[in-house]
Amino acid sequence: MATVTLRNVKKSFGKTDVIHGVDIDIADGEFIVIVGPSGCGKSTLLRMVAGLETITSGEVQIDGKVVNTIEPMERDIAMVFQNYALYPHMSVFDNMAYGLKIAKVPKSEIADRVATAAKLLQLEPYLQRKPRELSGGQRQRVAMGRAIVRKPAVFLFDEPLSNLDAKLRVQMRLEIKALQRELGVTALYVTHDQVEAMTLADRMVVMNGGVADQIGKPLDVYADPQTAFVAGFIGSPPTNFLDGGLVPGLSNGVTLGIRPEHIQMGDPGRLSAHVAYTEALGAETLIHCRLTDGSQLTARQDASVPIPAEGQSIGITWEDGHAMTFDANGRRL
Amino acid sequence: MSDHTGMVEKRGVGLWLTHLGLIIGVLFIFFPIWLAFVASTVTQPEIVRPPMPLLPGDQFFENYGRALTSGINAPVALMLFNSLVMAMGIALGKIAISLLSAFAIVYFRFPLRKTFFWLIFLTLMLPVEVRIVPTYEVIANFGMLNSYQGLILPLVASATATFLFRQFFMTVPDELAEAARVDGAKPMRFFVDILLPMSRTNIAALFVILFIYGWNQYLWPLLITTDPEMNTIVMGIKQMFPSGDDTADWPVIMATSILAMVPPVLVVVGMQRLFVRGLVESEK
Ligand SMILES: Nc1ncnc2c1ncn2[C@@H]1O[C@H](COP(=O)(O)OP(=O)(O)OP(=O)(O)O)[C@@H](O)[C@H]1O
Ligand SMILES: [Mg+2]
Repeated sequence: MATVTLRNVKKSFGKTDVIHGVDIDIADGEFIVIVGPSGCGKSTLLRMVAGLETITSGEVQIDGKVVNTIEPMERDIAMVFQNYALYPHMSVFDNMAYGLKIAKVPKSEIADRVATAAKLLQLEPYLQRKPRELSGGQRQRVAMGRAIVRKPAVFLFDEPLSNLDAKLRVQMRLEIKALQRELGVTALYVTHDQVEAMTLADRMVVMNGGVADQIGKPLDVYADPQTAFVAGFIGSPPTNFLDGGLVPGLSNGVTLGIRPEHIQMGDPGRLSAHVAYTEALGAETLIHCRLTDGSQLTARQDASVPIPAEGQSIGITWEDGHAMTFDANGRRL
Repeated sequence: MSDHTGMVEKRGVGLWLTHLGLIIGVLFIFFPIWLAFVASTVTQPEIVRPPMPLLPGDQFFENYGRALTSGINAPVALMLFNSLVMAMGIALGKIAISLLSAFAIVYFRFPLRKTFFWLIFLTLMLPVEVRIVPTYEVIANFGMLNSYQGLILPLVASATATFLFRQFFMTVPDELAEAARVDGAKPMRFFVDILLPMSRTNIAALFVILFIYGWNQYLWPLLITTDPEMNTIVMGIKQMFPSGDDTADWPVIMATSILAMVPPVLVVVGMQRLFVRGLVESEK
């Protein structure tokens, strides 16, 4: 158990700068999710904390100690990889025990710790199997088990669920969260899936092109995005963006953002539009509208509300408190 | 329906024909070996008197016993042992060295890494025969003529095997090395605990090939072993041929030939399962 601190961490591969200076303070036992689109540098950041990638400049501290030049093993971390990276020729038991064997932990203690982890992860029947004789979900558990037995101060996960099918993903997501709570270990979790980020995180870090755009509690980030990127990335369907010039009372160059659920329909509205098409999803309905200037806008309404006909002209409005305005650089005003 | 049976019939005939072809081919290739075996079980006068015998005689134990214990220049048992030492030395040495060099080339960043790789690759173009004179000079200066080291060392470096292992190591996911690093394995530990067991089938396949390569060495042992005690069996057969007017002891020579064939066959048969697996699949 430990705190993790990143101080102006930067990374370049040769001449390409990938991480442009990230600061994060992670409290003991906190579950932090790093989320962002592909290629924004999530894995690179995590791997710098793990010690698998050198730190170009800045500082990574684990439990107050600068670990920039320390080998992964001595950082007291454990990592779960996207493709699990299990040793193919070793049994499940040996896979989990390998790190402990290297650390020269006594045999009886190894057996104890592996047994405890196996019990926790329901892996007991499979201890003698090879990884290739396991299902994807079981392999995933072995990878978790390998991390758990080390009793690390920090768990690092790099998209651990992305190779699983949708249903299993939901189940493993819950298990990971429960496990982390139970063990109370600080965790850093990388994903590009915003549902995982919203559900798992105590706080989440939204990355955009090598910069941490916003760090905060999932609901705070959702409700109060600091940049247009965050507003667009978190939430599905994404926030609607309207050019300020279109909206009475706003100037050109400013962008207005409104979440689909905050759009109200009915005459007379602030803007007029017509319904392009609708998608009834059961519990809710998505209504895709086109404004007079051609821009698109999506509204979300409860299934109990009557669905407007396609092609119908309607007025669009919103409460002032729900409108988010961004400057030309995408910063929140 | 009739169409269907017609096809089966045709395939049946085709099957017979291909098998017949294969059997004839095998017989054709096997015939000289059979003749050698027959010649190794009869007496000298029976061989030289036409017609040539086609069925084994009753001298099997007599001839083979004579070959193994006394031979012509040196007992064949001794030559077999020399060949075994040389073939094992070459096969194991080549595997050990190429595993290590492939490991270095794939997993370590050191200056001139690419250059070293291409240098190793370049030696592919310099087989023993090409560099045999300078190599002889070197070995002679080291005083390794008529020794096992002399037989083995010059043949141990292997570009082919290095290249093969490099290709295999490059298919091993990077994350495996990283997982090992997080688990605290130092590079050599990773090599021994993870890379070696994963290369098991490749090693076995290579061992078979290299053992036969070492066993069949002819020119090099011929050059550096002058002492009959150090002869290997493949070159030893040639040394058994008489010079001048002596008559050749054909039954013993043939028995030696047959004996020379046995160990490679045993290695192939014994390691066949691993060998085939190593050629067709890699465990990942
Ligand atoms: N070894 C490397 N050499 C050069 N560039 C690299 C290297 N590793 C990563 N990059 C670059 O760094 C950027 C960030 O990569 P990273 O793997 O961290 O992205 P990511 O956010 O994890 O994306 P994904 O969600 O697709 O995994 C990418 O543009 C990538 O091309
Ligand atoms: Mg990644």
